[in-house]
Order: sequence, then structure tokens, then C-alpha cells
Amino acid sequence: MSNEYDVLIIGGGPAGLAAGLYAGRSMLKTRLFEKELIGGQASITDIIENYPGFPEGITGFELAEKMREQAQKFDVELDMNEVTSVDLIGALKKVTTPDGEYTAKAIIIASGVRPTKLDVPGAAALTGRGISYCATCDGPFFRDKRVMVIGGGNSAVEEAIYLTKFASKVTIVHRRDQLRAEKIVQDRAFKNEKVDFLLDSVLSGVSGENSVSAVTVKNVKTGEEKEVGVEGIFVFVGNIPNTELFTGALDMDEVGYVITDDALMASIPGIFAAGDVRKNNLKQVVWAAAEGALAAVSAEKFIETQG
Amino acid sequence: MGENVVEVSEQTWDAEIVGSNKPVLVDFWAQWCAPCRIVAPVIEELAGEFSEKVKFAKLNVDDNPRIAGQFQVMSIPTFILFEKGEAKRRFMGAMPKERFVDELSEWLG
Repeated sequence: MSNEYDVLIIGGGPAGLAAGLYAGRSMLKTRLFEKELIGGQASITDIIENYPGFPEGITGFELAEKMREQAQKFDVELDMNEVTSVDLIGALKKVTTPDGEYTAKAIIIASGVRPTKLDVPGAAALTGRGISYCATCDGPFFRDKRVMVIGGGNSAVEEAIYLTKFASKVTIVHRRDQLRAEKIVQDRAFKNEKVDFLLDSVLSGVSGENSVSAVTVKNVKTGEEKEVGVEGIFVFVGNIPNTELFTGALDMDEVGYVITDDALMASIPGIFAAGDVRKNNLKQVVWAAAEGALAAVSAEKFIETQG
Repeated sequence: MGENVVEVSEQTWDAEIVGSNKPVLVDFWAQWCAPCRIVAPVIEELAGEFSEKVKFAKLNVDDNPRIAGQFQVMSIPTFILFEKGEAKRRFMGAMPKERFVDELSEWLG
């Protein structure tokens, strides 16, 4: 089988799958690489309520499955491998995985973001032993236990509400005096009897023998520290773009998000970026899907101009 | 699930894991865990490839909470390599197949 493609897509979240759908439907020979989870971060989201077409909401996992099915219907090849290197320069771009080398006229980077790890004393040893980055994966382990959610954005507050299904009490710890989450999400948290808040606060330490038993919380205004007994810590304190493969090759902002033009083309012709990995993205599934579609259309136009 | 991975429980743990002549990789999973479902076919493939050296098992944490608790499994999927019932190495999350191969190869030496 030939390893020459029209489009190679790096990342199988909503942006990558939508790009695949559009590219495949445009009869472009397309291959998509995903190293971990089809659906990406969206696939571990409990309920997605703001993706149009699903008035009752849909689980992230189901939505991801449907997107995968739809892309595959248009002959997108899914390759569950990690991309280990790329060559972006030249008319024929190259992607390498442990299983082979693939070339294409255009590459769409949809590699997304990963959660920022909790970086306090004691945290590394207790990851997976009470410290979690995925409420839908690990929530049921905390039935009738007290847990903490770190962060004040949409993910943090939504997952805190989800965790009240299991936990006896959920404390949201946020470094500012107000949450950042959307109003509707905040209201739900305020109304939930199991949820309480420690604002102006950060974690300064985690302790526990074999699993988490307590945390130290520091008030950032007064500097005061106190110990709180909890058995679970769910961390949602932001994201890091998965762009290490492209460092030095593409223009990025200071954090590592890929900078593109309005057609989503990055600083090298034929290289496009879509979804969370792109600077100025809103980190919503509908937004990622739209960018995936646009990147595929732009890639198609680019390929046509190359003759 | 195919035939290479044996389903174990609290009842069969001693016989299947502690009593195994070969080292055992146990996949701690649950129905509700999306990454577990995604990684299952990878484990099935690995079980075929490593069948001579490693036995592959999976344990449902909902049905067997005592064992999950005993090994402090609070995040799934978690994979623990056992020798004679003793936990020797542990890793977490849905990973690409290559990483599993690296972990296993490194451990087997």
C-alpha cells in the first residue's frame, strides 16, 4: 500500500475528525493519527450540552464515536499511532510513526492540549492514588468521600457538579475571588448543596501514605495555610498545547499555541492548524469542529493551487 | 473482548494471579470508563504478542472493589504487573501500543 496521501491529520479529537470528514468527503486521500483517545479531551467529558443538534445533551464519548464513524464513512484512515517526527518543509510533507513514514501535500495539526499537572510537593507520587485529571474516569472511586476540585473554569466547575453524583462533598479551590466558568454553570454549582468553595486559595501540598488523605490549602491574600482532609483531588488548572513536535519549525505564541492566518494556515505553506492547539481558539467542541472543517477546505484549496 | 485476556475476580485472584507461573499484567477497568474501552483492543493485541512471557488479565473494579482498594487503584485504566501476586510495576491511562511494548520490554529485560 502506498504511503502517499493528500492530507495527513495529526490528532483525532473533534477538530481532527471534522477535518477528516471534510477532507474525506472532498475525495482527498486522508489519514489521521491519534496516539491516545479518539475524541480527545471531549471524549472524557461527561455531558456536552452546547453542541448543536443534541437538545438533551450527549456524552463526550458518544459524540466522539459518532464523529469517528462519520469520518470513516468517507474513507478516512485512522491510525492509532503516535507521530514521532514531522518534516514540514517542501512540497511533500512527511510524518513518521513507529510503524512507518507517510507523505502528503498538506498537514492539518489538530493535536490539541493536555491538562497542566498539579505541581506541589507530594503530588507526583499520589497521581492515580487520589489525584486525577478525569472526573468521568475516576469519579466512581470516590463514592461517599470528600473530594476537591482545583480550578475555576468551565471544566473545573462542570466536573465538580458531576462529582456530586458520587462524593459526599465537593470543594472547589480557585485562586481568584470569582469563578471563571460560564454563568449558567456557576449557578448550578452555587445551588448544589454538596458543593462549597475555597476562593483566593491554592493547593500548597498533598499528603497521604498510599493514597491522598489531606491537602494543604493556602490563602493567596492572607498567606494563611490550613490542612483539609480529602480523599480525592481533581485538577483542572489549564492546558498545555501539544506542539513539541513543531517547536522551532512553526510560529507559535509564547505558550506554544500555533499561530495561523484566517484560513488556518500556519507559518509554513501547506501546514494548517485547527482546534484547541491553535492560538485564539475558544476550547469548545463546536468551535474545534468548525475549525477542522475550515482547515480541510483550506488544505483542499492549497492542494489545488499546487497543481 | 477476545480470548487472550482472562477475566479475574476476587474469587479467582489467588489462583489466576498469585498462583501464576508467569508474570501477570492486570488491566483494572470498569464499564463506565471510556478510555478503558478504547484501550481494551490494544491490550488484547499485546496479550497475543506477549503470550509466551506474560499472562494478561482484567479485573472489573466495580465488581471487585476490595482488590482495587488493596492496590489503591483510584484512577482507571490502571495496569499493574504482578509477580507471584506482588505488584512490581504500575502505569496508568490509555497509551499508544508502543508505550505498552516499551514498559513490558523494559520490565522483561
